[in-house]
Amino acid sequence: MKLLAAMSGGVDSAVAAALAVEDGHSVTGVHLALSQAPAALRSGSRGCCSREDARDASRAADVIGIPFYVWDLAAEFQASVIDDFVAEYAAGRTPNPCVRCNEKVKFSAVLDRALQLGFDGVVTGHHARLVDGVLSRSADIDKDQSYVLGVLTPAQLAATVLPLGSFTKPDVRSMARARGLGVADKPDSHDICFIADGDTAGFLRSALGPQPGPVVDALTGAVVGTHDGAYGYTVGQRRGLGLTVPAADGRPRYVLSVEPVSRTVTVGPATALDVSTVVTDVPVWSVPRSLPLQCSVQLRAHGMVHDCTVSAEGEGWSLALATSARGVAAGQTAVLYDGDTVLGSATIRSTA
Amino acid sequence: MLPEAVEAVSEAMREVGNASSLHATGRRARRVVEESRESLAFALGARPSEVVFTAGGTESDNLAVKGIFWARRATGRTRILASALEHHAVLDAIEWLVAHEGASVTWLPVDRDGLLDPAALEEELTDDVALVTVMWANNEVGTVQRVRELADLSHAAGVPFHTDAVQAVGQLPVDFAASGVDALTLTGHKLGGPLGAGALLLGRDVACTPLLHGGGQERDVRSGTLDTPGVRGLAVATSIAVSRQPDTAARLSGLRDDLVKRVQDAVPFAAYNGHPDRRLPGNAHFSFPGCEGDSLLLLLDARGVEVSTGSACSSGVARPSHVLVAMGQDETTARSSLRFSLGHTSTSEDVDALVEALPAVVERARR
Repeated sequence: MKLLAAMSGGVDSAVAAALAVEDGHSVTGVHLALSQAPAALRSGSRGCCSREDARDASRAADVIGIPFYVWDLAAEFQASVIDDFVAEYAAGRTPNPCVRCNEKVKFSAVLDRALQLGFDGVVTGHHARLVDGVLSRSADIDKDQSYVLGVLTPAQLAATVLPLGSFTKPDVRSMARARGLGVADKPDSHDICFIADGDTAGFLRSALGPQPGPVVDALTGAVVGTHDGAYGYTVGQRRGLGLTVPAADGRPRYVLSVEPVSRTVTVGPATALDVSTVVTDVPVWSVPRSLPLQCSVQLRAHGMVHDCTVSAEGEGWSLALATSARGVAAGQTAVLYDGDTVLGSATIRSTA
Repeated sequence: MLPEAVEAVSEAMREVGNASSLHATGRRARRVVEESRESLAFALGARPSEVVFTAGGTESDNLAVKGIFWARRATGRTRILASALEHHAVLDAIEWLVAHEGASVTWLPVDRDGLLDPAALEEELTDDVALVTVMWANNEVGTVQRVRELADLSHAAGVPFHTDAVQAVGQLPVDFAASGVDALTLTGHKLGGPLGAGALLLGRDVACTPLLHGGGQERDVRSGTLDTPGVRGLAVATSIAVSRQPDTAARLSGLRDDLVKRVQDAVPFAAYNGHPDRRLPGNAHFSFPGCEGDSLLLLLDARGVEVSTGSACSSGVARPSHVLVAMGQDETTARSSLRFSLGHTSTSEDVDALVEALPAVVERARR
């Protein structure tokens, strides 16, 4: 096949491109420039977006022996990921920008353009298995990224190659070393790539400005503190609440809900965080199933997996969880699994 | 690189010697440098004492812009006049002076063909102007400015005039004395010489504060042990490029005119950018509305046709060209643009290959 390799400058995408070449595909590398003003050097644990990362990707392409280009997708990334991230927080939801980036940029803008230019599909370094259009968890469960790929449609999956699904991260690093790829020992990336210092609240504060409001105790209805912006709070958060009135029972309090219109942050005991029902927006099925359905669901990246019963609720799903989940926020993505196989995904609208 | 220049560089590399040393080996190196200086000066209508060897176009531009600004700032003149389509080596140097050294800048507008109206310069030449800098010929769209006229206007106002002639030398007749400019940037690799070797032609009476301090090897304006092989390669290549310039220009403009006509026939909606007559002989520049320049580049590259979007940039990202934006193009059109450069190795077969590949490529890259 004629494949376009999305190369971030990290070890995973470099090895994925190399494996695609070794499998006999004709591969062209592209680095996606996602920042409008890229820094010269990488800082912190961000994994892309600096000119150093672009150079790492370019050097990997040299070593593999494939053509390499940089595509400027900064405008798409700003609109689809960063602006969406800010708008979602402003609306009191908790988005996952990596999910959004996969959905709107990597497997949409990039894949569309690849197909238009005559490529058969894209190859990426995500840790997940993809066999005959069916997505499932990586052999390396700690690195598994099937959750953030759960938003892909069957058409997107059909034009995607994921060569790393049966390898662990140490496998990938040793394959990189064996091929003389300089990124073999490059550190993993963790943080949200467009928030360099990892200070999400600070980022949101500068994007949205101060929006002070009350912090209310769910049990008593009393105002127990103030805040500078409800967007700085996430359901399940315990630290940094700055409460001035101690709880009646002396137990720690957690953020239970964030209400952007009234700018109210509601706090309460841990038990009030328990969620047994999750309602979603319109889902995307990768392996269509009929409802009702017994399966399992993952409600956030690296989160626990819950057995559940899925039934229809309007155009979305209603998920009845067998075991209660804690700290589930609207805006997060629910991904359904049958064992290790991804069935589909949907954005969480509300919980109860 | 011209074979004669490769030979000259190789020969000079076999000789050790610091041109600043006083012993016999040093004198031999010095002789190579001074003969190179004389031949470079002769080729470009300058005096040998007006040649300041540098490490290339970027250094020459920085030296001229910052050095002349600093020297003139002492007289209370701090405003810089520059065309809106300068190379980044001039543009970023000016922006740095504005941010850190108390300069102000007025960007002189250009018309849709990229040509600067001398009247627009004249209007801005008030008694606060430190220097004027206007490139001889633009690297992207190839437009050639009315350098003599602009320099005369500047002199009438008592203001020194610098021109970045990196694209012009070897392509157009360039005579330092006849052009009337006070400072002129050139570089080796654009005319068949080595990379990392360039010069600033700097009038004897033009005050210029150094960027690099040290031994003062070049007229006390530029310090650093001279790169004898590079200097020799630059001089040899410049002499040859200048002597062949009339033939080169005739051959390349013929090839270019053929390319332009055939591209317009093959892709009727392609828009030809730049000035119809006042342009570099080897330059053709088109917008393909509705196409993404990056996509065109990738598809042509895969078919063995090498073209450019914008100008090469450190991150490899093609931003909408400031040159095209200055010429009145919107960002989307600017992003749909490609530059076709013809040089001394280009042939009519290359034009055939481009014209054959282009229609299908453009069709595929249309959004």
